Amino acid sequence: MTATLSCEEVIGKLLEYLDRELDAAAQQEVERHLEACRGCFSRAEFERRLRARVAETGDVKAPESLRERVRTLVARY
Amino acid sequence: MGSIRERRAAEPVVLQQDAAMASGTQSACDDHARRQFFETEVERLMDRLYGMALRLTRNRTDAEDLVAEALAKAWAHLPSLHDLQCFEKWVFRILVNTFIGDRRRQAKAPCDLSVGQDDGHAFSLFEKVHQPFLLWWSNPEQQLLEKLRREDIERALDALPEVYRVVVIMVEVQGFSYAEVAETLSVPVGTVRSRLSRARALLQASLWRQAGQLGIAVGGSGGDVP
Repeated sequence: MTATLSCEEVIGKLLEYLDRELDAAAQQEVERHLEACRGCFSRAEFERRLRARVAETGDVKAPESLRERVRTLVARY
Repeated sequence: MGSIRERRAAEPVVLQQDAAMASGTQSACDDHARRQFFETEVERLMDRLYGMALRLTRNRTDAEDLVAEALAKAWAHLPSLHDLQCFEKWVFRILVNTFIGDRRRQAKAPCDLSVGQDDGHAFSLFEKVHQPFLLWWSNPEQQLLEKLRREDIERALDALPEVYRVVVIMVEVQGFSYAEVAETLSVPVGTVRSRLSRARALLQASLWRQAGQLGIAVGGSGGDVP
């Protein structure tokens, strides 16, 4: 039988859990805790959404001038 | 017309010529296939490469230059990439390393990427705004996220010291694993972990500060930011 993680332990592992950096057993332990603990679940959801907002900042359209520059480069060499 | 012996003697020469021609054709095919592969992959990744470059350089002109420089290197070294399945990670690594190399040259001194240390300080935006005893339909932390604009988040990212910004962009924007970041930056995985932790704390502190300035900080325990 596996020991249950405390809230403090889960918070300590939360970012690595969201980054999928924990091993499978630790990942499952955190998941089990999140299913049962509203407070930690809220925090996990908050961190997940904040990460998504940060990731969105990389969503940009490259300018056509850059595409053309790269096409010229590849054609030349 | 020569004897059978003469013809047989000549055969290896003909075969060698054929082999040379075949080899040349193969080489041309390889070049064509490589060019086609590169163009297709670059077209697919271009927006993400530019997006990452923009977050790293914080400047559109510099971002364009960075992507062009990185892709020139990638194109030149493509024959040395044995597993084309790795192209995506490989080209993003070239982008990051080109950025770091450029910054080091500009600074004419070791870039701060090599000396960053974690002081263990933590800041949690969630802890600032979360109110555990509110009724279930009230969610101040979600309200805060909805009120923060994209430019607020960009500003907070741009304000991070480079040593932290690079790591958080690699992991959160481009989805690199800690091991991949460690390999790219030539640092131990533990260093990536601590830099990332510090980066996130600084990012959240910056967002909290901006929320206060914009008057969108809701609920929570308040208090100063680090």
